[in-house]
Amino acid sequence: MKTEYIVSLNKVRKEYPGVVALDDISIDFRRGEVHAIAGENGAGKSTLIKILTGAIRPDSGEIVVDGQSFRGLRPQQALYGLGIVAIYQEFNLIPYRSIMENIFLGKELKRNGLLDIKAMRLESSRLLKLLGITIDPGTIVRNIGVAYQQIVEIAKAISNDVNILIMDEPTAPLTTLEVNILKDLIKKLRDSGITIIYISHRMSENFELADRITVLRDGAFVSTVDADTTSRSDLISMMVGRDVGISYPQHKVAVTREPLLEVKGLYSQKYIKDISFTLHQGEILGFGGLVGAGRTELAMALFGAAPIEQGEVFLSGRNINIRSTADAIKNGIALVPEDRKRHGILGHLSVRDNVSFSSMSNISRFSLVNRKKQIGIAEGFRKALSIKTPSVEKESRQLSGGNQQKVVLAKWLATNSNILIFDEPTRGIDIGAKQEIHQLIVELADNGKGIILISSEMPELLGMSDRILVMRDGSIVGYFSREEVTPEAVLELAAHE
Amino acid sequence: MKNNINLKFLKNYGILFVLVVLVVVFSIISDAFLTTNNLLNIARQVAMLGISSVGMTLVIMTGGIDLSVGSLMSLLNIVCALFMVQLGINPVFAVIFSLVLSIIIGGLSGLIITRLNIPPLITTLAMMTSLRGVSYLLCGGIPVWGFPESFRVLGQGYVGIIPIPVIIMIVVFIVGWVFLNRTSTGVYIYGIGGNEEATRLSGINVGNVKVLVYALSSFLTGIASIIMLSRLNSGQPVVGVGFELQVITAVVLGGVSIMGGEGNLIGVFLGVLIIGVLNNGMVIVNINEYYQRVASGLVLLLAVIMDNASKGFISWSTIFPRSATK
Repeated sequence: MKTEYIVSLNKVRKEYPGVVALDDISIDFRRGEVHAIAGENGAGKSTLIKILTGAIRPDSGEIVVDGQSFRGLRPQQALYGLGIVAIYQEFNLIPYRSIMENIFLGKELKRNGLLDIKAMRLESSRLLKLLGITIDPGTIVRNIGVAYQQIVEIAKAISNDVNILIMDEPTAPLTTLEVNILKDLIKKLRDSGITIIYISHRMSENFELADRITVLRDGAFVSTVDADTTSRSDLISMMVGRDVGISYPQHKVAVTREPLLEVKGLYSQKYIKDISFTLHQGEILGFGGLVGAGRTELAMALFGAAPIEQGEVFLSGRNINIRSTADAIKNGIALVPEDRKRHGILGHLSVRDNVSFSSMSNISRFSLVNRKKQIGIAEGFRKALSIKTPSVEKESRQLSGGNQQKVVLAKWLATNSNILIFDEPTRGIDIGAKQEIHQLIVELADNGKGIILISSEMPELLGMSDRILVMRDGSIVGYFSREEVTPEAVLELAAHE
Repeated sequence: MKNNINLKFLKNYGILFVLVVLVVVFSIISDAFLTTNNLLNIARQVAMLGISSVGMTLVIMTGGIDLSVGSLMSLLNIVCALFMVQLGINPVFAVIFSLVLSIIIGGLSGLIITRLNIPPLITTLAMMTSLRGVSYLLCGGIPVWGFPESFRVLGQGYVGIIPIPVIIMIVVFIVGWVFLNRTSTGVYIYGIGGNEEATRLSGINVGNVKVLVYALSSFLTGIASIIMLSRLNSGQPVVGVGFELQVITAVVLGGVSIMGGEGNLIGVFLGVLIIGVLNNGMVIVNINEYYQRVASGLVLLLAVIMDNASKGFISWSTIFPRSATK
């Protein structure tokens, strides 16, 4: 006789020095449901996942899986014994090995002691077809796109006789079109009886996909609700504990007609083809498009991090040459990169060092850094951007994602650049920090800076931008003013066959 | 904040503990160990190691490695000796020319690493092999001697009771500390070791910083080589065999992460002292040379284990991964 609940957490508690990560949480997960976990950063979602996958043991409480009670799980036991699999934001794939080797990692099919390539290929093909893609399982993982990598992760999971699939921000790296594919996939998996625990910052996904939603706040359980009978604003107020509607800040100062940055016929590597556009003072220029459309590559080229092969860049009418990131900064161009952990934050350095990292020459004499000025600048931004840290001496990797992103922003604001390129500035950070960053971007524009905003989140792109350029396959394929733009029109252009 | 300071203290604690234990043990076994004379002797013995390890710290901090320092020492020994003996150049200029050469060689390694994208391990391994060869070629395998009397001051002189090499080492450590902790380049070195791509995307010319650290590593090894030459009073092509491993040992003992981005010169200084105390102490208490080698290896392992344990990288569950209970 099968129980109604496949997993139940019973008064599970986990404390770290100084923080209660989970405060006697009880949640029941039904068989074959999509159960979303919602909460701001620091609500306890990651700890919850770690307890379910056996990465950590709770201090107290019990975990009931299929009627069996456990004080804590071991990773091997959770994965192979109980069929609990998690797919994380950062994929656990071996980049230089093939898809099939990744799928069968740790449980390789063998014949006479050697890998049975034939059988693995066959089985991988079957799994991938089940998930709706046809790709050669011998392809090296590094050479396939992020969306495909994620599907490989899912294939790896379902090859394990999975009962419970935990997905942590699965849509964060995906474009709208790819998200739709993933949504269909999730529904298919659920219908085959798999329980899915779904974690996403994107509110609409929670409602569209989930049967039930559990809200956590500051490590405490708030409520488990049916997705059908709950409104979006109710859920948000449960999450933040205060009433916050999602709204985008408005310009106070009108956009000028003064061109700040003009790009003419730009080519870079194989991604960017004949890009021309003008950015005005005080303007927020949005770039829409699917992942791989060349937006990040364009940003990298303008910032001197990728070579410009052809074309001209004019800064306030003056032709400039950008050959390195140092050149870009000298010309007042800054890039807040897409991948915060790899490209933005220097996690092992203090907040203080991070904030002044790109403007060190302003505060040093004979190369000796003026420590007092450096602290002053860091403290200034800590206050101005309300960066939550006990001290500017704290290692920045210990901050939450949203606060790390603010530190990265502070680094660029400290350079006093006139042109700021934001590449997915609010990906994977909580609503509170997100709105603060939106506010900041608008304020920068109001102060006469030119902003290039790359965003794959349609509401953000439409809500923030004065004009929107749509890219596809490395070229600009369309242009919308704020008044005429609709999400459907942008998507239509971006995904045009 | 307070927590943070405690952690930093703990990071140095493991290795400081090893040093204290060694000193106590040797003092108990032998009366000759804990005397002013012997302590100064230890300091003089480790001076060259210490000077070179400051440069190696900079290199390792960027995530690189410099295997060429031992062979470079041999080459500069011979070159400086030949300058004085064969060309009759004044010792001051001979030293200056040798140091300039050391900077050029280090800079060359750095350029090969950054411009041709050859991993530091390979580049400096090639340098290590070929520099030693050049050294033998220049002197024909025969030691070079007969320096002016004044040249001996550098390695054998004293200021008060303090040997000059020790003073040079201390100055190098202080300047190195200021460089690493109080200059923008120092911060960039930490940045590169921890996250090279983010550092590049912050507008820092990563290549230049890397070339600089290899040049500095060679330059400091150059200083150590000149001291060595002055102490031996003859240029020998065989000097510095295995020196690079001693230097790397001292740096790693000092808690510098071999992956880069983490560590400090205070730890490295302690690491250098441990090697000095261990070598000196084992001689004083008459330990067989073969046992000395075994002990040196074990102490390295032990010190790094203690360092990792104090950072919380080691626990029962990492030692016995399968013993976790249900």
